[in-house]
Amino acid sequence: MRVWHFSEEPYPAAWSPEAKNLRVSLPNQNIDPVQAADLYHRYLDEWLLADDLGFDIFANEHHSTPTCMTASVNLILAILARQTRKARLLGLGLPIGLRPDPLRVAEELSMIDVISRGRLEMGFIKGVPYEFSAANRSPVRVMDRFWEAHDLIVKAMGTHDGPFSWEGEHFHYRSVNIWPRPWQQPHPPVWSSVGSMHNVRNMAIRGYTMATFINGWQKSRDLFNEYRKQWTASGHAGPVPLERFAYLAMVAIGNTEAEADRRASLVRGYLETNATAYEQHKNPPGFWSPSDSARLIKTFGQPHPTMTVTTRDGQKLGPVAKASNADMVAGGLLFCGTPDQVFEQITTFADAVGGFGNLLMMGQGGRLSHEDTADSLKLFAREVLPRLQAWSAERERQAA
Amino acid sequence: MTGSTTQSTFPVGDVRIELTVQGSGAPLLFLHPEIGIASDAPIIAELAKHWTVHVPSHPGFGASELPRWMSEVDDLAYFYLDYLEAQGIDKAVVVGSSLGGWIAAEMAVRSCERVSYLVLAGAAGIKVSDREHRDFADIFTLSISEVNALSYTGAALAQQDYKALDEAALTVLHRNREATGLFAWSPYMHHPKLRRRLGRIKAPTLVLWGDDDRIVSADYGRAYSAAIPGSTFDLIEGSGHYPHIEQPAAFAARVARHAGR
Repeated sequence: MRVWHFSEEPYPAAWSPEAKNLRVSLPNQNIDPVQAADLYHRYLDEWLLADDLGFDIFANEHHSTPTCMTASVNLILAILARQTRKARLLGLGLPIGLRPDPLRVAEELSMIDVISRGRLEMGFIKGVPYEFSAANRSPVRVMDRFWEAHDLIVKAMGTHDGPFSWEGEHFHYRSVNIWPRPWQQPHPPVWSSVGSMHNVRNMAIRGYTMATFINGWQKSRDLFNEYRKQWTASGHAGPVPLERFAYLAMVAIGNTEAEADRRASLVRGYLETNATAYEQHKNPPGFWSPSDSARLIKTFGQPHPTMTVTTRDGQKLGPVAKASNADMVAGGLLFCGTPDQVFEQITTFADAVGGFGNLLMMGQGGRLSHEDTADSLKLFAREVLPRLQAWSAERERQAA
Repeated sequence: MTGSTTQSTFPVGDVRIELTVQGSGAPLLFLHPEIGIASDAPIIAELAKHWTVHVPSHPGFGASELPRWMSEVDDLAYFYLDYLEAQGIDKAVVVGSSLGGWIAAEMAVRSCERVSYLVLAGAAGIKVSDREHRDFADIFTLSISEVNALSYTGAALAQQDYKALDEAALTVLHRNREATGLFAWSPYMHHPKLRRRLGRIKAPTLVLWGDDDRIVSADYGRAYSAAIPGSTFDLIEGSGHYPHIEQPAAFAARVARHAGR
């Protein structure tokens, strides 16, 4: 099992418990460039430490928000491509349906892949509802743009006798001929995050790696099972390799339960602020279907997440915002405790959802300090990572 | 007596739309705004005192189909020129509100062959202010409640509890928002070249504006009118952005006077 260290590079100084909106329209007078510089350096240091310790690296991007200062995942990965040595570099994701110029995206990704000598993993995503105003792209038909951009990027990376032209519905190029071509051929591995059943098929047909984000037991199991079904239905031979599945959870590890508990409460700042946005930014036109919008309309107005914690056996423990750390563990959203406990929780969860080869670890979130983050990474690397790798190798042997 | 009312669907080419037809006499095509229109809207009965009123839901709005190839307001302009032809209408009064006014203007700059009179009410479609000021309030960065508060002058409509609507009505509301997001997202609620093209309009044109329009100002309406040769500009008192909703009788009377009824 690969374990990917993830941080959204938050800027918590701009958070407040009363905030009704941390997305799109919070003026940038609320971010101090000097503090931001310190934070960027700090988060990069943590990724470099993760590289040294045997983790892989995962970054994402959001726009106009203090919950995530990474406004360009490719920029952060470009730095890490040069500064790290071993880690695979996952950007999950790149909202390619929001990018006006996917050819430029293909060029940037190829540079990152070459500079890193073939360590790039490309995560393409639709983007969350808050991104569309910031990107000035309509949510209507975003998936049409997504797939056309995807097709163009993949073709640009795999074509070496160009230029070729592209006159599509959304994108027009007279001369596609990217330099450099990517290190990995025909292109670096593709990932996406999936939250609903109808998107699974497109991933399974292509054999792309599918991640599910903080979805708990039942939904993760359902999504992975659907992928297996579609994988076989679309003619792939044999079982789905576990490396095609990824699960994102918050992770808080400590030498004692009390230490882990304290860290978990800090990491959870992510979830408590993530969806703090105005109704109109949670529901831009066409992001949700009209009937979903009609059904969800009461929850759009609420500033905080309404996600419910559900245990392995289906018991509802109430909304995330009010859940204890123990509830969050019971819901499969958080792995928290001593190294033994964390190992036990991860392996139990992985077995219950049918297995996955990638743990996307929110090892830094919210107000978790550098000292706590670095200490957690070291503890995890020393006490959990080797056991997880041995455990998953054994599972792979059993499956083969 | 305003004649019979029919509600049906009507095909124009490969696109089937929801359609209300009411009244008798010469035809009038009413093009609804971004919020759509109900088949029992009072404006329909008011206009039906003078005309056979055709009230379609635009492709993507209400229960009308949206073909994949449609993505711009000019698709809608050609669609309604085709509609008049498909209905065998030689001349119609064409009335449009807000987004519907934009569609009507785009029709008229292409061809006034089948347009007897044109009425643009609170019409979107042109760029008037400089690049750092938008003309039309951004309905996508405001909440629906905030948009309602800006849209109407009367408290009952301005403060309506839209979340209390039933699920079917809410679904239509969001379908209308989605279609507006398709046709008018960027450039927002206008075509950069339309203002220059308005000089091509040959039909007698009335530009109508609510006297308390806080979505798009009356000065914008005056600029619209100034760009259409021979057009007149008029205000309707006691109305925000949708005078056909807040003052349906006065709205119909202005249209009738303009069209010589």
